[in-house]
Amino acid sequence: MRLKCPLCGDRDRREFYYYGAEDYLHRPAEGAPLAEWDNYLHLRDNPAGVLRDLWYHEAGCSQWLLVTRNTVTHEIASVELVAERAK
Amino acid sequence: MRYSGLKVLTEGLFGNKGWGPAWRDPSPKGEYDAIIIGGGGHGLATAFYLAKNHGLTNIAVLEKGYLGSGNIGRNTTIVRANYMIPGNTEFYSHSMKLWEGMEAELNYNVMHSQRGLINLFHSDGQRDYWVRRGNAMINQGDDAILLDREGVREYLPYLDFENTRFPIYGGILHPRGGSARHDAVAWGYARGADSRGVDLIQNCEVTGIDIENGVVRGVQTTRGAIRAKKVGVIVAGRSSQVAAMAGMRLPIESHVLQAFVTEGLKPVIDHVISFGMGHFYISQSDKGGLVFGGDLDFYASYASRGNLPMVEHVMEAGMTLMPMIGRAKVLRSWGGIMDMTPDGSPIIDKTHVEGLFIDCGWNYGGFKAVPASGWCMAHLMATGTSHEVARKFRLDRFATGHLLDEEGTGSQHNLH
Ligand SMILES: Cc1cc2nc3c(=O)[nH]c(=O)nc-3n(C[C@H](O)[C@H](O)[C@H](O)COP(=O)(O)OP(=O)(O)OC[C@H]3O[C@@H](n4cnc5c(N)ncnc54)[C@H](O)[C@@H]3O)c2cc1C
Ligand SMILES: [Zn+2]
Repeated sequence: MRLKCPLCGDRDRREFYYYGAEDYLHRPAEGAPLAEWDNYLHLRDNPAGVLRDLWYHEAGCSQWLLVTRNTVTHEIASVELVAERAK
Repeated sequence: MRYSGLKVLTEGLFGNKGWGPAWRDPSPKGEYDAIIIGGGGHGLATAFYLAKNHGLTNIAVLEKGYLGSGNIGRNTTIVRANYMIPGNTEFYSHSMKLWEGMEAELNYNVMHSQRGLINLFHSDGQRDYWVRRGNAMINQGDDAILLDREGVREYLPYLDFENTRFPIYGGILHPRGGSARHDAVAWGYARGADSRGVDLIQNCEVTGIDIENGVVRGVQTTRGAIRAKKVGVIVAGRSSQVAAMAGMRLPIESHVLQAFVTEGLKPVIDHVISFGMGHFYISQSDKGGLVFGGDLDFYASYASRGNLPMVEHVMEAGMTLMPMIGRAKVLRSWGGIMDMTPDGSPIIDKTHVEGLFIDCGWNYGGFKAVPASGWCMAHLMATGTSHEVARKFRLDRFATGHLLDEEGTGSQHNLH
């Protein structure tokens, strides 16, 4: 598998560190109920199909990337910079 | 039909005409006392122990493909009881005892071979860790023997003892560890369950779970609706999909794990060996193939095949440890879908739906767990209470903070 980093171009999978599903972007507010933290840290939709997840371009530009891809076929639909996403 | 030496002999003399199928191929009935979703090792063992230990025989196992088509037929068959933390150690110890009685219990040859597992260490820190883990194993009543470098050399003279980057300091020998024939374990439990009246229904995919007022009523399948008072979800890598049918979101991410086998060779590797630097472990099957593997591909995937970087890593690690395998030809590689939990330990528990139970989160270590998981899941489904050796495998432990992080690597699905 290769990922097309918006800054560095088409790069080998080994340059990236994998974190997990997009859920990690939705950190609960301080003081949120425990169930929300559990949801954020542990519970996952874990789809067999389209998933959005977080990759870190460790051996490249050091940017966090939000990748939309298919977990069954390994096809990549899009790669965005987390830093440039509208909040 | 009971298998015996005499039976093999007489069948051999009279043209092998007297063998029958090992289990029936029934059509689903309209209703059962209990349904098991998933005909892998864990589902079949659960059905077997429900019938044998709890006298529940009006039950069915529903399998979307054929029996043993999932991870039970894809793993690298290591059986061990070398866990360290409370919650895990008693469970795997129980499992090992069941392994040791399995062939007699099932009247089936699962080729269980306690050839010994050797975990190597390569630094002072790793030695301290393994000494501690070995002591935990001994305290649990299992076996562990500390080997120094020369002790390892006696068992495994073919390792590269000259390697200066990853010197071999020693190893922990777990004599009761070993391997077994994976398909045979599924077949043995299938036959045992069938002969006690359990319906094993293949090509029957569960597509929905019927729930009324918080109580499970049955399931929808590609072969029609089936009612049941109790339902057990035991579907390994597909746990999130099936649990979602009951409105649940699980603490699971599915990852692919690869394995490899070479052409058949004469006996050369007598033990199961695990490298302590880089991910590589190996054993030799009874057919002669070297069976080996490494780590996850490290990202969520439902493809039953992996990527080349992990192939390369595994080959490199193998060549570093035992250069002699360099001329063996790799025949096949494959992948299986692993149900990874954030702490690397499994779940055997009730759910928020009455009568609905779940057994999942085996990560890449569920083969050795097959008998004890079946035993404990059957206990839970029959009695409504957790078996004492599985009482920490709770579904809510992530929310409550009672993690079972055997490796101490943290609460992230791909770190175990
Ligand atoms: C490469 C590899 C190496 C491994 N090595 C080891 C090892 O050395 N030691 C060890 O202890 N463990 C090992 N494991 C892990 C072990 O194989 C698994 O943890 C274990 O087999 C999972 O439990 P199971 O046998 O019940 O799963 P499976 O055999 O996958 O059973 C689940 C079944 O559920 C069925 N199913 C799914 N969805 C539905 C549905 N909707 N309706 C009906 N049926 C459904 C599937 O078809 C499947 O047959 C390894 C795994 C892999 C992939
Ligand atoms: Zn980049």
